Amino acid sequence: MDTAYLIETIIKVVVILLIFSALAGIGTYFERKVLAFMQRRLGPMYVGPYGLLQVAADGIKLFTKEDIIPTNVVGPIFKIAPVITAATAFMAAAAIPFFPQFTVFGYTVHPIVADLNIGILYILGVMAVGLYGPLLGGMASANKFSLLSAARTAAVFISYEVVSGLAILAPIMMVGSLSLIDFNNYQAGGISDWIVWSQPVAFVLFWIAAFAETGRTPFHLIANDHEIIDGFGTEYSGMRWGLFFIGEYANMFFISFVIPLIFLGGYGDGSMLGALGLIAKVAFFFFFFLWTRAAWPDVRPDQLMWLCWKVLMPLAVINVVITGFVMMF
Amino acid sequence: MFEAVAFYLFAFLTITMFFITVTTSQALYALSALAAGMIFISAFFFILGADFLGAVQIIVYTGAVMALYAFGMMFFDTTREVKEKQGNKYIIVGLSTLAAVLVVVIFAAPMVSENIVALYPAIEGVGNTQEVGLVLFTKYLVPFEVAAIMLLVAMVAGIVLAGKKMDLSITLMNDAEIEEQKNKKVLS
Repeated sequence: MDTAYLIETIIKVVVILLIFSALAGIGTYFERKVLAFMQRRLGPMYVGPYGLLQVAADGIKLFTKEDIIPTNVVGPIFKIAPVITAATAFMAAAAIPFFPQFTVFGYTVHPIVADLNIGILYILGVMAVGLYGPLLGGMASANKFSLLSAARTAAVFISYEVVSGLAILAPIMMVGSLSLIDFNNYQAGGISDWIVWSQPVAFVLFWIAAFAETGRTPFHLIANDHEIIDGFGTEYSGMRWGLFFIGEYANMFFISFVIPLIFLGGYGDGSMLGALGLIAKVAFFFFFFLWTRAAWPDVRPDQLMWLCWKVLMPLAVINVVITGFVMMF
Repeated sequence: MFEAVAFYLFAFLTITMFFITVTTSQALYALSALAAGMIFISAFFFILGADFLGAVQIIVYTGAVMALYAFGMMFFDTTREVKEKQGNKYIIVGLSTLAAVLVVVIFAAPMVSENIVALYPAIEGVGNTQEVGLVLFTKYLVPFEVAAIMLLVAMVAGIVLAGKKMDLSITLMNDAEIEEQKNKKVLS
């Protein structure tokens, strides 16, 4: 392992960490603005121009707030739970190619931390570990609402993972590789090569599972304000609560990268236009998360399980079988 | 050098986690340490270049331990210590030491006598996933299929055990129908 590779990797890790923790903060601003406009309000307006500095104000508030560990909680687990959510979100980013490779001062940069040949499996697995944050936080708090939220987390986890895994199986069969770069190269020919045209069912199923995975409305039942206060976050204060938030928003951004990379051609042929196209797709998927939050009610836990096990999973299995037959004959 | 550092780090972490799992009397500590240990084991697969097995280890065991958490939630108040029935400590320590030594001997004996050879050497230029598939569908085809049938049997048995009122779905009913069912004592 030579030194140049090591330095390059460290720089990439730091850049990704900085950009996406900042984006997570700005993501909250976008969410409040988009929700406000959809509900005919103004949203944050007072701090800075158009409320842009609201993010900084919130950050200062979170960082300086007292870090309270309530009595009767299981201390070590309670303290580590938010770290799990935030850390696994960023760990999953290691196998995502954010851009096509480019050359700076004659040095070719691959904007992916580790090109694992099992990229997509690794991303799904590590993102799934992120749900341990809400589970452990909810179970360690001595609070019934938190415990309810933990039980719901377990239900969500067991339901959605089957759907996302089976949905992704059909595109994997077509591409014949698990690396996201191979997925991208498979669709590099242009819009007509996108996998979404041959796998529309898998695309929709994976998209729905992404909502369950990030815990966004319609599947926001883990921390539904109007039923169980803030669920697992009820007992948290200050930056520990902020870490849950950073993890959630970073997960939203990363899954918004993964969906276009798998189904919508990713960065295409690797030109500047393709890279900008990927950013546009990511922006759309992130916006769609906010749009659904403004437009849809939440589902009950039993409805989520019914949907995942009785509707989506059979659809995914049928899709895999049909794909297999089409590929064989 | 990095591999050695990573190996010893994760070996230490894994053993510590499983030690906590066995010794603690607090259900939440035990479950969390078990999950952490299972995930740390995947590091060994990654160090050995078996990326596919590493990722599968993470995916399978996060799901499996999550199911254990659900049981823990049902049976214990996970924020309190569980009062364990203490038997004869010497018998427990003796038996567990004996069992541990036996397991080590079972796996170490073929290695010491050098009876283990790779029957299916790694194929050059083929990805990790493909190699696993090749071995699974040639050498280990029968165990693989038998495992599939056993899982199918377990699934059917689970559905039969749990599915007493499977023609009724509360999710698909409206409130009036649920009340009606409650009055009929079907859902009680």
